[in-house]
Amino acid sequence: MENLNSILAKYGWGKMALIPILQDLQEEYGWLSEELLDEVAQRLRVSSSEIFSMVTFYKSFRLKPVGKYLITVCLGTACHVRGAPDVLDEIKRRSGIKDGETTKDNLFTLETVNCVGACALGPIVIVNDEYHGLMSKVKVEKLIDQLYEKNQ
Amino acid sequence: MTSFMKRINNEQDLNNLREEIKKRLQGKAITIAVCNGTGCQAYGCDKVTRAFIDEITKQELDLEIKPTGCHGFCQSGPITVIQPEGIFYQRIKPEDVGEIVSETIVKNRIIERLLYEDPMTHEKIIHEKEVPFYRKQMRLIFGNNGFINPRSIEDYIAIGGYSGVSKVLKEMEPEEVIEEIKDSGLRGRGGAGFLTGVKWEICHKAEGTPKYLICNCDEGDPGAYMDRSLLEGNPHSVIEGMLIGAYAIGAQKGFIYVRHEYPLAVKNASYAISQAREYGLLGENILGSSFSFDLEITRGAGAFVSGEETALMASIEGRKGEPWPRPPYPAQKGLWGRPTNINNVETWANVPFIINRGAKYYSAIGTDGSKGTKIFSLVGKINNTGLVEVPMGITLRELVYEIGGGIPKGKAFKAIQTGGPSGGCIPKELLDLPVDYESLTKAGSMMGSGGMIVMDEDTCMVDLAHYFLNFTQGESCGKCVPCRIGTRHILAILEKIKRGGGESGDIPKLERLSETVKKASLCGLGQTAPNPVLTTLRYFRHEYEAHIKEKKCPALACKDLISYFIIPEKCVGCMLCLKNCPAGAVSGELKKLHIIDDHICIRCGVCLEVCPDKVNAVVKVSPKKQATYQATKAPSH
Repeated sequence: MENLNSILAKYGWGKMALIPILQDLQEEYGWLSEELLDEVAQRLRVSSSEIFSMVTFYKSFRLKPVGKYLITVCLGTACHVRGAPDVLDEIKRRSGIKDGETTKDNLFTLETVNCVGACALGPIVIVNDEYHGLMSKVKVEKLIDQLYEKNQ
Repeated sequence: MTSFMKRINNEQDLNNLREEIKKRLQGKAITIAVCNGTGCQAYGCDKVTRAFIDEITKQELDLEIKPTGCHGFCQSGPITVIQPEGIFYQRIKPEDVGEIVSETIVKNRIIERLLYEDPMTHEKIIHEKEVPFYRKQMRLIFGNNGFINPRSIEDYIAIGGYSGVSKVLKEMEPEEVIEEIKDSGLRGRGGAGFLTGVKWEICHKAEGTPKYLICNCDEGDPGAYMDRSLLEGNPHSVIEGMLIGAYAIGAQKGFIYVRHEYPLAVKNASYAISQAREYGLLGENILGSSFSFDLEITRGAGAFVSGEETALMASIEGRKGEPWPRPPYPAQKGLWGRPTNINNVETWANVPFIINRGAKYYSAIGTDGSKGTKIFSLVGKINNTGLVEVPMGITLRELVYEIGGGIPKGKAFKAIQTGGPSGGCIPKELLDLPVDYESLTKAGSMMGSGGMIVMDEDTCMVDLAHYFLNFTQGESCGKCVPCRIGTRHILAILEKIKRGGGESGDIPKLERLSETVKKASLCGLGQTAPNPVLTTLRYFRHEYEAHIKEKKCPALACKDLISYFIIPEKCVGCMLCLKNCPAGAVSGELKKLHIIDDHICIRCGVCLEVCPDKVNAVVKVSPKKQATYQATKAPSH
């Protein structure tokens, strides 16, 4: 919890900076555990319910750990009209998980976003930080197979 | 590059520095501008930039490699422009870099294969400004992106940066600045189109200190990314716009609120702020005057409603980004109850230009009610995807066909969606509509922040309305009942229609519900959420009727209303669809007709994707009934 103290100190232990504090913590730990949030609540003297209402209101906060590969599917309008829903369906089928879930072996986490603003490449799938543009169902199959192979 | 960490104390200092930088830059005859916008980064432009730096070091050449912000022509990324001649190379790979340096830079030879080819005339085009995508544009605000490194305040100063703020501090009273902005006719580029000068005046006159400024970069409309590209590519123009606004309004402190999905914009803007502080362009006694102003970045946390101004302020204050009822307006009671002025990124970036060139010059561009230029993101089913800056009043046809290069694969244009989830769909009958605030509103849509999503014959309008309602329903914060419950009911009806369960009373029900949600919702999100439904009903009612009465999706997009079918006359029995079908729905033998069992088919469409273009035997049909009929008939063939 050393990091927690230094992050809180960076923002002057201010309740007003709750959002950037939580953002920094997520960057540090990858996700926000219940224990961590309770600790933040105690140290900043705000109620846990206030913190939980905040982390569930804003979409960027993760309350579960992320798998080895975070698969992000862009569902922006441009990607949508170019077939993103089919791409998403195919990923769900191949990985066996739904939006927001992580596979049991912790290999994949699937999430969707509203637009990553790289519309020329739509439909787009991002695996960790790597962009895969102009996706199709066949390309999804290859991509998932490759990721599985790498981890055998 | 040497850096002059010296404070600029007056206009003379600024001019001297500009001359010094210019002289230094002129020493380097050639500049290679490599687009490093987020779009090009997705293509891997960082490797191209690195390859250029390695290559000129290897060849010991004295020229500048300039990683710039977005150039706009995302379709052709990664893009490189060799200045001063303006040679435009597209789709560059790191392997091409050696050849570009040896051939084009050293021997002055053009590499044909890297040039842009006009899809209409098949002519190879050498210079950036002659590319049809750029030719019809008027890149007053966005064009500078191609000439500056966003991490270099010197680059911005060299092209005349910060001369606007220097001018107002030296020559103008705050009221005169407000008059100038009013005279220019600039209207808010974030969507609603309120006159910027009038907004400033209200905040200027409001009682209470301190006063705050906010730059809204919570660009949430899917398919719109012009604000990000401006803040990423030319952050100092936004800072300068805010400085001018702060002086006019009498604000001491400003915030740039950036969507959390835009990490590069956060980095570049933070860097620019610290540079501006070093040069004394932010902080106390700016340019030696009595005017002081400072800026801070606030990162959003992922809530679409936070783009609404009252919700955005709640978020800056460290609370949930929920809207509150207006009045009081932010100009009277905004951030922490103080007078606050909010404009979006593009609006702020227009301000220095207006001050430098004058309101008269600016107001001569555009139409009677909409002045200046507007940046749009032209995306979807369009050949030239990218960001375009055009004078207000340009027609949709010019945008789609002359700049956008038309629809890919020879498909027919169906509609263009403007204004994001709050906007609407404009049909092909209105392609000659001039693009300005009033015309778009009259057509049932709106300007919005500038997303333009082009759709072709394969887009189902019921599905599109469903897409937007699914979006707004998911983003509704739940504070007011009409939005929370109303959008849910609209979505449920659309869902039902898409699945083939539509009933005759559904269309009037949708219309009634939509009107109620529009009238009774608390903030802009709910007040505009039904627009995609209402405009698609207005222009594409027949598609709704086909779904409801005939259980047919004319665009062949709604999965529950289509079947995949193999045309017996065309099938060559290559077994590709059979091998790839994940559901085992295809049966057949080598060189014999294949058949899809409609009951097993999960409608993933893989068969259609893998069927070779030459064969083209797999088709979608709607309504389903017909397909099963044909499929049962097929085995006798």
